[in-house]
Amino acid sequence: MIEQALSGLWYGFGVAFEPHNIMWCFVGVLVGNMVGVLPGMGPLATISILLPLTFGMKPVGAILMLGGVMYGAQYGGAICSILLNLPCHPPHAVTCLDGFPMTKQGRGGVALGLTVFASFVGASWGITEMIFLSPLLVKAALQFGPAEVCSLMLLGLLAGSTLARGSPIKGVAMTVLGLFLGSVGTDLETGSERYTFGMTELDDGIELIALALGLFGIAEFMNSVNQVAPINTKYTNVGIKDMRPTKADMKRAFFPMWRGTIVGSLCSLIPGTGPTIASFVAYATEKKISKHPEKFGTGLIEGVVCPEASTHSSVQGDFIPTMSLGIPGDAVMALLLGALMIQGIVPGPQLISQHPDIFWGLVASFWIGNIMLVLLNVPLIGIWVKMLAIPYRFLYPSAMFFVCIGVYAANNDFFQVGEVAVIGLFGYVLLRLGFHPAPILLGFVLGPRFEENFRRAMLISRGDILVFVERPISAVFVALCLILIGSQIYFRLKGAKADLEPAAENAVSDEAAPELAAQQVRATPAE
Amino acid sequence: MRLSTSLRELIGKRDFYAGGLMLLLGLGIALKGSSYRAGTLMHMGPGFLPTALGILLVLLGIAIAAASLAPGADEHGDDQSLLPEHPQWWAWFCILMSPIAFIFFGRYFGMAPGTFACVFIAALGDKTASWKGTVILASVVTVFGVSLFSYFLQVPMPILTWRGEF
Repeated sequence: MIEQALSGLWYGFGVAFEPHNIMWCFVGVLVGNMVGVLPGMGPLATISILLPLTFGMKPVGAILMLGGVMYGAQYGGAICSILLNLPCHPPHAVTCLDGFPMTKQGRGGVALGLTVFASFVGASWGITEMIFLSPLLVKAALQFGPAEVCSLMLLGLLAGSTLARGSPIKGVAMTVLGLFLGSVGTDLETGSERYTFGMTELDDGIELIALALGLFGIAEFMNSVNQVAPINTKYTNVGIKDMRPTKADMKRAFFPMWRGTIVGSLCSLIPGTGPTIASFVAYATEKKISKHPEKFGTGLIEGVVCPEASTHSSVQGDFIPTMSLGIPGDAVMALLLGALMIQGIVPGPQLISQHPDIFWGLVASFWIGNIMLVLLNVPLIGIWVKMLAIPYRFLYPSAMFFVCIGVYAANNDFFQVGEVAVIGLFGYVLLRLGFHPAPILLGFVLGPRFEENFRRAMLISRGDILVFVERPISAVFVALCLILIGSQIYFRLKGAKADLEPAAENAVSDEAAPELAAQQVRATPAE
Repeated sequence: MRLSTSLRELIGKRDFYAGGLMLLLGLGIALKGSSYRAGTLMHMGPGFLPTALGILLVLLGIAIAAASLAPGADEHGDDQSLLPEHPQWWAWFCILMSPIAFIFFGRYFGMAPGTFACVFIAALGDKTASWKGTVILASVVTVFGVSLFSYFLQVPMPILTWRGEF
């Protein structure tokens, strides 16, 4: 088993070290790091802008690059939150709590240096986990019939929508909307048109890129235009010399780093709990076991490295269900899966055996990419810090162009450009009504496969809906779904009562964490 | 009396509109879906799943609106207003017009005018924008964008044309 994984890894390094692959990996992490630093641009928007550019590329290079954008953005986001107190990306909201006080004490460079190190440790652990766990999961998943796949998807969708940010019911509503949007276009089995309203351009369904760029590009720009506070660059004068931590710092950061890594990897195993939740849980745990919890928030190095290590370990771990089961845990993973599907690759447990170059190449590129990121972040910190000062008024109009041309280039069709504008407006209305649009993408990508497997399961069972609880593995998934819904209702009722009691609990309790992240991102606090 | 106060309370809540929107969307989906063949559970037609999703969305919409009335629902810290504190109608208009301008100028005059119009109009939305700065930004993006997409990535869109006659 271990031997097999190691030989796979060896093969993967061969793939990832091919010159064009290593180049695409570099482009990916570079662009990712850049947008991670830029306030107001997220990895989701960036990956969707780059997506049309990958159509002409080989699948391995494409996925290596898009994956690189994703974890590269996590490195960049830490710079933004530590030096500016701006949680540009939700996973880093908690890093601000201790990162920015450190910056004010003039120790921002040390915080950044140790963050890069902790990130690398976290990511390495996540990759190792991926190497050994994915083949095991695949072995189990190959036994699944349509009924099991269906209930597993249901579990993934439910977890993705209820455990993410904001209200769980609204999350589920967004998932349902996404599933519906996935059904627009020609029905695969009968060939009849659905919800096209006579527009032949919609026969192939709604364009994934138009949906992603509308929801995470245009809607976000509408949300932040003229709302972004001017950036305070008072503390951003950081050079490479400032980054070297003292021995005492290293010693204090060592164990929190590992604890964060473990928390992150555990979180990544639960579908739907992405890096944001991992970072909050890690911070809360660290605070709980610390000997002096009252000092958290005043610039403790533990409070920086722990959530960062956890974020990175969970980001890499999130690839496990995506690549081995074909079930994405969050919207970014859904987008990467969509990218694979555009390349004509069917996601699912057969992916590793049918396309070993993609899977092992990706795993190997993670190591290479993370090493590149460490090299990019330490000596080039001055450049990244300068990028923080790019004002939003230059950023979003340029991004609008990339949105338009990207959507156009997907099919060389202007219809999709109109589609993206309509989706953007709709997405902004949803944002204002308190919906988080990420689950839409999850439902949209899984929708067609869910319908296909559901139909097949019903055909095999001769229309007996009970098949989902009669088959043991499927029954376990259904039971987990019910537990998930039950616990949400329970916490909701209990939470409503606790709200009425004045007893102020831990500032960052596990439950309030996603809420807090969302608020902080909305408010974009400036000094 | 009590009914009218709770009704007034309901109308002031954002989630009332959020739920209402989901309800309307669900109704539309379900009604349109029922015009497609539903089939049986064993041999499902194209209308089966969308109709079911529409009905589910209606139920979720009702649940969202109802949950906003539950005690303690306000204390999530969300703002309950429909519009942000400083509504940016002009900026929103500019952002939404930007793709439209790209379509119009792109189709009839080519990629370079399309890009310029797209960036220019979007940039006007910022309240600190000046004419000069906007023109410079749009020109820079046009030069960079056209060289990247037309020369390097070979997007088949003419750079300059007249009324779409290639």
